[in-house]
Amino acid sequence: MKILVCISHVPDTTAKINFKDNNTAFDTDGVSFVINPYDEFGLTKALFLKEKHGGTVTVCHVGPASAEPTIRKALAIGADDAIRVDAEPTDGFFVASQLAAIVKENQYDVVICGQESIDYNGGQVPGMLAALLDLPFVNACVGLEVEGTNATLEREIDGGKEKLTASLPLVLGGKKGLVEESDLRIPNMRGIMMARSKKLEVKPATDAAKHTAVAQFEKPQPKAPVKMIAADNVEELVNLLHTEAKVI
Amino acid sequence: MSVIIFAESTEGKFKKATFEACSYGAKIAAATGSEAHALVIGSAPADLSVLGKYGADKVHHASDAALDEFNGAAVASVLKAAMDAIGAKYVVISGSFNGKTVAPILSVKAGAALITNVNSLPASYGPLVVRRSAFSSKGLADYTTSADVAIISIIPNAIGVEEHNKAGEVATLDAAPAAKNTTVVSVDRVKGQIPLPEAELVVSAGRGMKAAENWTLIEKLADTLGAATACSKPVSDMHWRPHTEHVGQTGIAIRPNLYIAIGISGAIQHLAGVSNSKTIVVINSDAEAPFFKAADYGIVGDAFDVVPKLTAAIEAFKASN
Ligand SMILES: Cc1cc2nc3c(=O)[nH]c(=O)nc-3n(C[C@H](O)[C@H](O)[C@H](O)COP(=O)(O)OP(=O)(O)OC[C@H]3O[C@@H](n4cnc5c(N)ncnc54)[C@H](O)[C@@H]3O)c2cc1C
Ligand SMILES: Nc1ncnc2c1ncn2[C@@H]1O[C@H](COP(=O)(O)O)[C@@H](O)[C@H]1O
Repeated sequence: MKILVCISHVPDTTAKINFKDNNTAFDTDGVSFVINPYDEFGLTKALFLKEKHGGTVTVCHVGPASAEPTIRKALAIGADDAIRVDAEPTDGFFVASQLAAIVKENQYDVVICGQESIDYNGGQVPGMLAALLDLPFVNACVGLEVEGTNATLEREIDGGKEKLTASLPLVLGGKKGLVEESDLRIPNMRGIMMARSKKLEVKPATDAAKHTAVAQFEKPQPKAPVKMIAADNVEELVNLLHTEAKVI
Repeated sequence: MSVIIFAESTEGKFKKATFEACSYGAKIAAATGSEAHALVIGSAPADLSVLGKYGADKVHHASDAALDEFNGAAVASVLKAAMDAIGAKYVVISGSFNGKTVAPILSVKAGAALITNVNSLPASYGPLVVRRSAFSSKGLADYTTSADVAIISIIPNAIGVEEHNKAGEVATLDAAPAAKNTTVVSVDRVKGQIPLPEAELVVSAGRGMKAAENWTLIEKLADTLGAATACSKPVSDMHWRPHTEHVGQTGIAIRPNLYIAIGISGAIQHLAGVSNSKTIVVINSDAEAPFFKAADYGIVGDAFDVVPKLTAAIEAFKASN
């Protein structure tokens, strides 16, 4: 089974977010980057599938060379090889088009993405990729089993879950549940050493449109100071929620 | 050139998020001098014209039985057919689980720009500029597009439902859906509970509750308020609560009117999913818990003491109002 895991390279979840150039760009100064958390679940799932069914796990990232440490980390976790498309990933359709070209060239059976990148929270790339390739798409995917060319999947729906089937190849937007938190693999010394000699192919971008652009960023307004209420005066809280906040 | 709204329903009822999408679409229609058309796909509530009350000038129904179970490609193909038939410039889709599946497929099939996670009305229309949440609520971004057609996916509860007085004239849309490429085997939906993203009141608890069995206190408070329940990530990781209740950066992002956080420290990853709640109440035994900085109201105290008292006070309030 040939598996492709698409990874995005995002600010660490504790990062403070600042903007620069008159609020027209994200300030990466002092920000450390990681594999998008959703993609880590997908990568581990891919390794489990490979262990069970055989095959290969390739990771792909669309982005500049500065993302290579993140790609190497995915190789250290256990991916066999990697592809980097050398382009700025500023638009969802543009990124999906790059990934579609890679999938067409290499014919993967399963393409695993995360449900969204935690930086721009687009939630666009996986569905667009599936549509460009005319493949089945399962989003917010929390379960995947493969048997021959058939897949059984589970996805979250509003207020519950749905079980579904589809035939390979397919694209999914995954999250925790594909594997558990405790299954996530942390790169060990051997993995890190091996990752250095694994193949990381750099490809030029293919032509594709960019549909959107950011005109301006802004930080959310800070909150007004908290009102503290004594623990033995919960009636006061109920009163404030009713008369001041008007939420009950 | 009009506005099309994807009108979702579950089990014979329109979702609140659908009313919100209609209200939003009606405002775009008013601002651009066009009409708002709702599109209902598959099995539907009996009264479709009710969408007029939320801003739909017309309600189209594509009732092909093949659409009764959800499939992203099939639903997108019908939306595309409606866009062609009606002539859409804007498509409004709620950021529900199904909405998030359909929107990117539709954007490719229709050659339209997609802007997701939108939390306000467009600031301008030529070119379109609309504000969205980014960086897990740590930033806001004004997106713009030069594409002819734009799909706007809105965050549930960010815009609000508004009543209008439109006709909601019902028509049938004949569209042959694309073949389904997934098959639903079973649906497991919690009965009689408001889906967390749509809930207006949420009671949430963290590791401070110490054990799964102590959630009876949390559930009692939630029931008294008529609220949905949520939890922090470690709580769902330890299986004290189901994954579907996990809120935050890697869980669900919510923005209820009231979020009560009990025994949750307020880590930055937790705040990322809840900081947009209109009113935040924090109950924590540690006066230094970071969550107090993000709260509107705070109580320093032991949850096992404060929560039952709060439940009783709300019961008393409800009885006298
Ligand atoms: C990549 C990544 C992603 C993450 N994503 C998320 C996410 O999406 N959502 C999320 O929630 N977390 C997330 N986390 C975890 C996050 O960093 C915190 O560890 C987590 O939110 C802490 O949960 P908690 O507040 O329940 O527990 P704790 O931090 O242990 O806090 C428990 C709190 O309860 C209080 N307490 C104890 N006893 C009582 C009592 N009797 N009465 C009242 N208060 C009491 C304590 O004072 C403390 O403040 C993520 C972490 C990482 C690294
Ligand atoms: N630049 C990128 N390179 C490779 N994969 C990406 C990239 N951006 C997004 N993805 C994939 O698409 C998913 C959703 O991202 P997004 O649409 O940006 O929210 C991510 O979890 C990745 O799997």
